[in-house]
Amino acid sequence: MSATAPRPASGGETIAGKVLRVAMMTLIVALMVLPFAWMLSTSLKPQQYILSTTPQLIPNPLTFESYIKLADRINLFRTFFNSLLVAVLGTGGQVLVSAMAAYAFSRMQWRGRDTVFVLYLATMMIPSVVLVIPQFILVRGLGWMNSFAALIVPGLFSAFGTFLLRQSFLGLPKDFEEAAFVDGANYFTIFWRIILPLSQPALATLAVFSFMGLWNAYLWPLFVARQEAVMTLPVALAALQGGPRALTEWNMVMAGSVVAVLPILVAYLLAQRWFVGGVVSSGIKG
Amino acid sequence: MAGDRGWQKWKWVLLFLLPSLLGLTVFILYPIISSFWLAFNDWNLLSPPEFVGLANFQELFSDPSFWSALRYTLTFIVLYVPLAFVLGLGLALFLNHRWRGILVVRAATFLPVVASWVVVSLIWKWIFNPAYGLVNFALKWVGITGPAWLFEPQTAIYAMVITSVWKDVGYIALLNLGGLQGISETYYEAARIDGASRWGLLRYITLPLLTPTLFFVVITLLINYFQMFEQVWLMPMRDSAAARQVSVIVSEVVRNAFSYNRMGYASAMSWVLFGLIFMITAVQLRLQKRWVHYATE
Repeated sequence: MSATAPRPASGGETIAGKVLRVAMMTLIVALMVLPFAWMLSTSLKPQQYILSTTPQLIPNPLTFESYIKLADRINLFRTFFNSLLVAVLGTGGQVLVSAMAAYAFSRMQWRGRDTVFVLYLATMMIPSVVLVIPQFILVRGLGWMNSFAALIVPGLFSAFGTFLLRQSFLGLPKDFEEAAFVDGANYFTIFWRIILPLSQPALATLAVFSFMGLWNAYLWPLFVARQEAVMTLPVALAALQGGPRALTEWNMVMAGSVVAVLPILVAYLLAQRWFVGGVVSSGIKG
Repeated sequence: MAGDRGWQKWKWVLLFLLPSLLGLTVFILYPIISSFWLAFNDWNLLSPPEFVGLANFQELFSDPSFWSALRYTLTFIVLYVPLAFVLGLGLALFLNHRWRGILVVRAATFLPVVASWVVVSLIWKWIFNPAYGLVNFALKWVGITGPAWLFEPQTAIYAMVITSVWKDVGYIALLNLGGLQGISETYYEAARIDGASRWGLLRYITLPLLTPTLFFVVITLLINYFQMFEQVWLMPMRDSAAARQVSVIVSEVVRNAFSYNRMGYASAMSWVLFGLIFMITAVQLRLQKRWVHYATE
């Protein structure tokens, strides 16, 4: 939330009140950051130091052996690359497809437009768990099991994305468009040169929402991409836990978590506005 | 509207709409219809589907695993929703100040929201480790012997609720913060002139005017948590009593579909879940008249 207008702090704050307030702020930050710090710390410890009954936050000795072990157990570069590929292509595709449809729904007049749009909205009511099984069957029927197509294509068509962008396109003034038509521009030129550049905030919001969903996805990839060639990070990571008898090597699992979470945390810290927008609008989707 | 007319215009409409319309039909609309049809069939993916009428639904209502999953889902919601709701509101009220450094606090509360459920589940699974985890270490420090957390069904639920609240509280606070910032300052000024106390402001202005947002929060939490899956799938310790017993509706759907290949039965279960969510939301919409105030200018 960037354009914030919080109420000013009340003037007559006592010293005790201020101390309490700062203590509270520190406590909240600590509660939110500590688990991540503990993840990082665990990932940098040797195995025997993890199984210690007095936890130490700063690893001593510090070692990268768990990361080396992780790269040995799973094809780390491959899974990382797979996750990135799926998230980037899926995001780009979804934004483009949604923007095109949103353009037809907002800046063009045609018969039946609103009826079709209501149908789009209706599909948003169906929870994703209802879709998982038939989509799985469909993808299997298409021969897409263990392919990038299975990971990317079904997610491209989002009524939610169309809805989000349509709202934004509707708010744009008509003046530029009409001037461009007079100058002989066609619909595509207007879409590409005028509508998209003017809608960057909405496009960024959808892109972040989509990227986060794809990068973090677990349920769908778990069942359509089980082979290493297409496996994504969350699936590989969840499979690292010890089997029936094997002890879980927590430093390695935490190293995997660091690799999986670091890109998204860094992206968040760099582009907070869009993340906040993307997550808030995801609530609408439910 | 300027631009082309007639067939020329339809060509453009189709060009822009077709990718989305075609994709939505194939990957969303067709799956919805086929899933509904599947709910009345028996299908193991190998032999052809066999129409069984309402048999799947009849079986479901006498399936102890389904009832157990429903019970765990509801238990989880009863524990989680009030806690997340209250903490999310409290956090929003706290964050809605112009103190120095408050933006850092706000950013920090959002970190777990951005992280994936897989990563969050694994981090907290390690933190709740009975022998080497931070939680039991902290308990030991104050002289309590911590429980086996993710090994036992009872305590596993608490551990998962705590984890879920930690992950979501920043998101809920953010939704509330949006609502708080939409409340016009004029209300507060008028009340202050009338000599209202801080508590009075909160009780008679902030909370009533925030009810539309709070209503949205409750609906969202309920819809999302009827569908919870990842934490329940990943957090209980392998082969423990918790892993054997704790299960929610979506894990039952997934298990029936992908472990037992019972596509029809799993589809029926997913539609029952949809019906449940639909009903709960409808009840909420009716109840909102009792407590939600929509400001009229």
